[in-house]
Amino acid sequence: MTHNHSALAVSKLYKRFGDVEVLKGVTMEAGVGDVISLLGASGSGKSTFLRCINLLETPDSGSISVHGETIQMITGKSGAPEPADMSQVIRLRARLGMVFQSFNLWQHMTVLENVSEALIHVLKIQKEAAVEKACMTLDKVGMLDRKDYYPAHISGGQQQRAAIARALAMDPDVMLFDEPTSALDPELVGEVLKVMRTLADEGRTMIVVTHEIGFARDVSDQVIFLHEGAIESQGTPAQMFENPESDRFRQFLSNALH
Amino acid sequence: MALPSYATPAQKLWHYIYLAICSLVLFFLVMPLLVVIPISFTSSPFLQFTPEMLRLDPEAFSLRWYRLMMGDCSDPGITTVCSDNWKIGAKNSLFIGLAATALATTLGILAALGLSRPVMPGRKLIMALMISPLIVPLIITASGLFFFFARFNLVATYPGLIMAHTILGLPFVVITVTATLVGFDHNLTKAAASLGGGVLRNFFKIQMPLILPGVISGALFAFITSFDEIVIVLFVGGPDQITLPRQMWSGVRQEISPTILSVATILVILSICLLTVVELLRRRNERIRGIRPT
Repeated sequence: MTHNHSALAVSKLYKRFGDVEVLKGVTMEAGVGDVISLLGASGSGKSTFLRCINLLETPDSGSISVHGETIQMITGKSGAPEPADMSQVIRLRARLGMVFQSFNLWQHMTVLENVSEALIHVLKIQKEAAVEKACMTLDKVGMLDRKDYYPAHISGGQQQRAAIARALAMDPDVMLFDEPTSALDPELVGEVLKVMRTLADEGRTMIVVTHEIGFARDVSDQVIFLHEGAIESQGTPAQMFENPESDRFRQFLSNALH
Repeated sequence: MALPSYATPAQKLWHYIYLAICSLVLFFLVMPLLVVIPISFTSSPFLQFTPEMLRLDPEAFSLRWYRLMMGDCSDPGITTVCSDNWKIGAKNSLFIGLAATALATTLGILAALGLSRPVMPGRKLIMALMISPLIVPLIITASGLFFFFARFNLVATYPGLIMAHTILGLPFVVITVTATLVGFDHNLTKAAASLGGGVLRNFFKIQMPLILPGVISGALFAFITSFDEIVIVLFVGGPDQITLPRQMWSGVRQEISPTILSVATILVILSICLLTVVELLRRRNERIRGIRPT
């Protein structure tokens, strides 16, 4: 029963958009406290993979388990697979915190409201307690002094840190990062990576889709390299970076570093 | 609109001609509305500027037509019909307008949400059907509704009128909300879903507040359409459904009394207030959110 020990287990995930097969049977397992970096060229399916984990995209086949609880899928009326029980998906999503490339903060709410919203309405925490928890989380990402700002009035790095706080405040079992620094100006990348490093040091389970080779090498427990929707190679950062077996990964690295 | 300092004489000349043309057009549009206001304060029983009014003689001005409008029949000098019809009409117009707006807004948002999904079959056809009340001559809609509603005993009833006005208001809501949804970032509802929010809550807490400007302007158009609608009221409404436009219409036909101008003045002022409030709210909203005006 290895599944009971893993925070997240994904098995043989397939997904196609029209004629394009984006994921061709990706299998991955993350133990509690693992940091897994997903690398790959654009179009390799890594973001789709991440979105399939919390069913923002519905996979065509494969199974996903969070702490041993498998998401039940059935075949819908149109022949496409769909979740058997949407309330299960909604419940599990609350345990998978997601951080998006484009932040996706809600423009009509302040930073504090963005963070406390789901605490109040999804976790049903009392408002005062939720605000307190939101403030604590914002403090952790260094955004407490910006809590009353609207997202349009703060920088991209600050927005992304607020978005991390929004996901983090829910105390998720697994944090999913979808290219969290790709939309940032270069000088703002550091502050976001610093927050992510702190989370990794605290023993958070994290799945990180990224182009930051340095982050993947220094912080991850495991690195997975995706190529055209399949895992091309995977291993510890030491195995992957010091002596890459895959030619494609070596090629990818040399492109990324130059 | 200031001219840059490097403008050539020809550019300057054109600039002033341009301003003059604009002023003339605005004057042409606004003057008929403004001329109503002073005449509504006349003390004479005719729709005209009296020589005394032009001399600014205080005797020439009075509020008697406003009193008449409010159903105060104590003025012995008034020979025209005096009744509560203006008050009843105002109440009915407000009631029908608000009810039709609420219905049109709810249905219009739902329709716009459905029509903005790419998977929706026959989108263009349905859209064209829903917008048709804007294009089809009103008299045809009105007579069609009359015969259709007659089968269901809806003629000369409030529900009938409200439904008819909902049909007229719906296109405005559908158009404005569809336009707002084009610029809506669906990743924001995905973010809400990723935090474990249900579909309904995500709509009301995230999507609805963000498309609210479109909803409000659509609702405003729907309300104004219903509020000054006369053709459908004449066809579908009965003797009990006196609305403000209907009362004005019969007022002009049966008696030429300045009361009608008093009502018109109040309506002009109300419209200006309504538009100002909505615009101020919109600006305030944009300022706090730091959204650039588009």
